[in-house]
Amino acid sequence: MQKKEWIGMILAGGQGSRLTLLTKKIAKPAVPFGGKYRIIDFPLSNCSNSGIDTVGVLTQYQPLILNSYIGIGSPWDLDRKKGGVTLLPPYMNEQGGEWYKGTANAIFQNINFIDYYDPEYVLILSGDHIYKMDYSQMLNFHKKKGAEATIAVIEVPWEETNRFGIMNTNEDGSIYEFDEKPKNAKSNLASMGVYIFNWKTLRKFLVEDEQDKNSQNDFGKNIIPNMLDTGIKLFAYPFKGYWKDVGTIESLWEANMDLLKPDNELNLYDTSWRIYSVNPIRPPHFTGESASIKGSLIGEGCVVYGEVHNSVLFSGVYVGKNTKLVDTVVMPNVTIEDNVTIERAIIGSDSLIKPGCVIGDKNSNAVTLIGESDVVEENTTYKE
Amino acid sequence: MKDYMGIINLSEREDNIKELTYNRPIAAIPIAGRYRIIDFALSNMVNSEISNVGIFTQNKYRALIDHLGTGKAWDLDRKNDGLFVLNPVFNYYTLGIYRGDIENFKNHIDYVHLSKQKNVIVTSSNMICNVDYKAAIHYHTEKNADITVLYKKANDCAENFQYCNTYIIDNDNKISAVDINTGKTDENNISMEMFIMSKSLFLDIVHTCSSKGDYDYFKDAIHKNIGKFKVYGYEYDGYLACINSIQSYFKTSMQLLDMKLSRELFFKNGLIYTKVKDEAPTKYTENAVVSNSLLANGSMIDGTVENSIIFRGVRVRKGAVVKNSILMQNSIVEEDALVRNVILDKNVVITQNKQLKGDDNYPIVIEKKAII
Repeated sequence: MQKKEWIGMILAGGQGSRLTLLTKKIAKPAVPFGGKYRIIDFPLSNCSNSGIDTVGVLTQYQPLILNSYIGIGSPWDLDRKKGGVTLLPPYMNEQGGEWYKGTANAIFQNINFIDYYDPEYVLILSGDHIYKMDYSQMLNFHKKKGAEATIAVIEVPWEETNRFGIMNTNEDGSIYEFDEKPKNAKSNLASMGVYIFNWKTLRKFLVEDEQDKNSQNDFGKNIIPNMLDTGIKLFAYPFKGYWKDVGTIESLWEANMDLLKPDNELNLYDTSWRIYSVNPIRPPHFTGESASIKGSLIGEGCVVYGEVHNSVLFSGVYVGKNTKLVDTVVMPNVTIEDNVTIERAIIGSDSLIKPGCVIGDKNSNAVTLIGESDVVEENTTYKE
Repeated sequence: MKDYMGIINLSEREDNIKELTYNRPIAAIPIAGRYRIIDFALSNMVNSEISNVGIFTQNKYRALIDHLGTGKAWDLDRKNDGLFVLNPVFNYYTLGIYRGDIENFKNHIDYVHLSKQKNVIVTSSNMICNVDYKAAIHYHTEKNADITVLYKKANDCAENFQYCNTYIIDNDNKISAVDINTGKTDENNISMEMFIMSKSLFLDIVHTCSSKGDYDYFKDAIHKNIGKFKVYGYEYDGYLACINSIQSYFKTSMQLLDMKLSRELFFKNGLIYTKVKDEAPTKYTENAVVSNSLLANGSMIDGTVENSIIFRGVRVRKGAVVKNSILMQNSIVEEDALVRNVILDKNVVITQNKQLKGDDNYPIVIEKKAII
């Protein structure tokens, strides 16, 4: 047994079905974001920067890319002798085995892993949110309040409260009620899917929940309400800063566009809280004589001869002459040939856009999506 | 290639590139936006499946060791073989004495001796190219040569490759004489200072030189005895540059703005690896006006950049103008400042409204951490 004060568990098994074509071959946490990263880089870097040296990553759906991406965790400094990163797919034991039925069941099936480190506290995270957060401050809060469970919350606009799990709190920050997607919300504090539990307490609730045949084995739907019912101390930890669930094509596109705003809250250039990732091996990007790039993020290895405005280009993208990109996210290694216009779109990795295409529409509400490794033939006009 | 070990020998003369080598060897000079010069020599070895690489340093090696770390970036953090950095046992440099590289080889001869490979490839660090040693080694074996040295038929020697060694080569590709390029003729066979030979011959040369004291430099021991050995030339026909002066550094950097050359150099026989920095992508604001430039991650452009190379973490503020210049890591050009034909070393700050202009053929070099 290797005693740890706290360990992190990242739920990374989600399919992200609303990301449609982008998650055909990869799990949602492996979806590229921000010109360089994959979504899971954010929770992993947060863990590393918060001083957590033991992290379990629970995978299930299409884990190939995610597994090979995480590897032994070196990019996040999580290749450790004691602890480090461990990939935790569902497994068989002498009684058989089964898929992870829900978020709580996924942790339940890995009780042995957590017990091995015998931690006081367990931090449970979702692998599909974009934010920078110092979990050690949240742990201090948790200890100071003497809580059994602490849930990070963020203020959301009142009109959007019906999309979130809302925490209703007392003046001291303790939670008295959990409202899943309420019609008439009493508070605008939404759960960020970031939990700290006292392991002994959580363990007990997980075992009980597993015996309940009607349970959906979900943290939000079962574990948290059960804890509230028994009257143990749950606190809401208020977080201020950028946080985004990138569950849909629109929100993924929006989160990328957020990075381009001058007042953007998610500072990727802060050297005291770097977001680590597997860096592609590419030379610097080249901006040609005929190119014009404004208000954009450009990754390494890109070669740009056209016009790029308010867009995010991942590494290794080629933009031909007389081609114009507006409000567009282009994922790694895409080739966009000459005389192409793309507006308000996401172009999936490794795809090829041949000359003369017109894709997307900047006046539309919809975001046009080109799937991974697609080939768009010459002079195609396509929008969502 | 299992039977070859690599030796990178950092004994290049620094007389003409002093401004960039106050604190570092030529091998550690930053180049092409995110690399150091040694990355090319190291990556060429690794891409040719050589997994035991010894780097013999001369002096000022702190920056180099910081860059190399455990060799992880080049996949050279191995249980068996991997990366070895062999620093001089006695630092003559601080006494102002040049002792040559034979002494360092001799002091670390156990490393070479104990390595399990039976052959070596000894290279300098300042040749910028993407070369496949496997083909050269194959040629070496076929010719049954004592030594095979790589060379390039260059036709621009009046302007480039100053003071590089040149070879006279007979019909059988055997090297018959050695000279130095003084820029009198355009066409020359430029030595790439990459020597393939058996380990026993390498050891023999080092032992003979150090016991007799004939030569201080390994290269001289071969070049001055060209008749004694069967020395063959292997022609390399890709892009080659030699960094041994400020002018050659500047010129080579600017050549990389030619995408055809760049593509070849960074992709042809394998990728060029370097230390990872975890920088975010380059940010262009609405004010950015950039053309014909290479820009590395982590930089933010709010001004104008033309015909330039921008390293990681550089800031070009609003109204600032950067032309025909090289801005190394974390340098800052503040509001409305102008730099032209300038090399800014790491962490230089050009404050607001300042103007710095060098000559087209002779750039101004601003020392590391200077604030202007």
